[in-house]
Amino acid sequence: MSKQILKRVVITGMGVVAPNAINISDFYKALKNGESGLKYDQQLADLNFGCQVSGTPQLTDEHLVKYFTPLQLRGLKASGLVYGVIAGKDAFNDAGLTIADKDNALSSFGIIMGTGQSGGEKFREAIHLIDDGRVRRLGSTSVIQTMTSGISAWLSGELGAGNVVTSNSSACCTGTEAFIMGYERIAYGNATQMLVGSTSDSGPYIWGGFDAMRIMPTGYNDNPDQASRPFSIDAAGFVPGSGAGAMILEDLDSALKRGATIYGEVLGGSLNSGGHRGSGSMTAPNGDAVQKCIQQAVIQSGISNKNIDAINGHVTATGKDAYEVSNWVAGLQLTDQFPYLNSFKSTIGHCLAAAGSIELVGTLLQLKHQEIFPNQNITELHSDINAIYPAEKLPTKVVPTDIDILIKASFGFGDVNAAVVLKKW
Amino acid sequence: MKKEEIENRLHNIVKVYLPQDVNSKDIQPDSHLMQDLGINSAHLVDIALDVEDAFDITLDEKDMEEMQTVSDSVHIVLRKLES
Repeated sequence: MSKQILKRVVITGMGVVAPNAINISDFYKALKNGESGLKYDQQLADLNFGCQVSGTPQLTDEHLVKYFTPLQLRGLKASGLVYGVIAGKDAFNDAGLTIADKDNALSSFGIIMGTGQSGGEKFREAIHLIDDGRVRRLGSTSVIQTMTSGISAWLSGELGAGNVVTSNSSACCTGTEAFIMGYERIAYGNATQMLVGSTSDSGPYIWGGFDAMRIMPTGYNDNPDQASRPFSIDAAGFVPGSGAGAMILEDLDSALKRGATIYGEVLGGSLNSGGHRGSGSMTAPNGDAVQKCIQQAVIQSGISNKNIDAINGHVTATGKDAYEVSNWVAGLQLTDQFPYLNSFKSTIGHCLAAAGSIELVGTLLQLKHQEIFPNQNITELHSDINAIYPAEKLPTKVVPTDIDILIKASFGFGDVNAAVVLKKW
Repeated sequence: MKKEEIENRLHNIVKVYLPQDVNSKDIQPDSHLMQDLGINSAHLVDIALDVEDAFDITLDEKDMEEMQTVSDSVHIVLRKLES
């Protein structure tokens, strides 16, 4: 590894299924205009959830038939699989790549689409059938819908991937982690293009555990678009969301040769864990590890802290927001010059395993359009944030500005961290 | 139930599982489900379930093994309905 020079890696395709938009151009408008995808969720209400608000992508049957055959749609209950297939195929098409012919897989094209768990709804159906002694009634699609790597396996079949095809899982870091893993695969010369991203199911079976932990807001069931309040003094918990984000990462030489649209360059990334030590636990981050992750991403990118124009944080709208901001300040040693800082969770909620990839798509849209998208629902900046970060750098309106370098991070359940540095192309 | 109606219903069940390059007109009585019609082996499981639902019958392992062609399937259904 040390003998070879790392390849340069760029992003050449994107696809998204988010709570507030189901394609890239609508997602750009929604983030720019602060359009909320958070809605009252009748199913959660019927099941006595404390939080009855969710960010669920609004897919229609007309939309589904563009991506799935009638046969594929039969008994298809894994919502995360549906989102991931749509986002993945869109990213592949957006990159202008060609599906493999009937006999030959694309040997230099691989897939890393991660998820937390797949097809909770399908698994529930299977459990009932199995417990009734009717296992043979499961049919042939129970496995693909409930296995973690189902999303990558499905997309591989559609597109003909011949390089690595796998699915990673690291809670809220999953999407950003997949991005970094794909980046490394290309940087080391082991693949030319990688479809990377993540997906997360909708519904009570995936969100219930968080409601039980009382970390979702319960006071906004009548005002769903107000429920997610990152950075705000009255942040009351994260709103459960779902969807998928997908990107095509590509060897720069290949992208240039193909004349592909380039959304930005990946300068470097870092993955680490706090090991539940220090201030870290299963649910709380070890701040030292968070700072190290940010610093390693910067070092690996060969830039200096002051080159960073914008931060897209994880910032979930909980009591831990201020702690994250303090880790950014310490990690980047910010004293007099502060990058813009935002979180997309005010309008899309926390899409869990899909959070990193959906937000990376949004971050790349900021880079492409040279705009910082607004933070919504800040009644009043949390006093601990206000004390360490200038309010004007947490914009509540869209800011057109020069963004050369941007850093995006995700921090996940289990004390895991991922940070990636992107540069304008 | 008449043989003709069973054939019709089977035709409608099987055509859902055809690969894109196979036309439903290719479904003939002696068509082998996998070899001639190119149906994925995993989908034979689903076809069996659809047949059970359509005729309100239960197929055992032996029935499923015998279900190689369209006419095999017709005979199995007839046998089940008569028993």
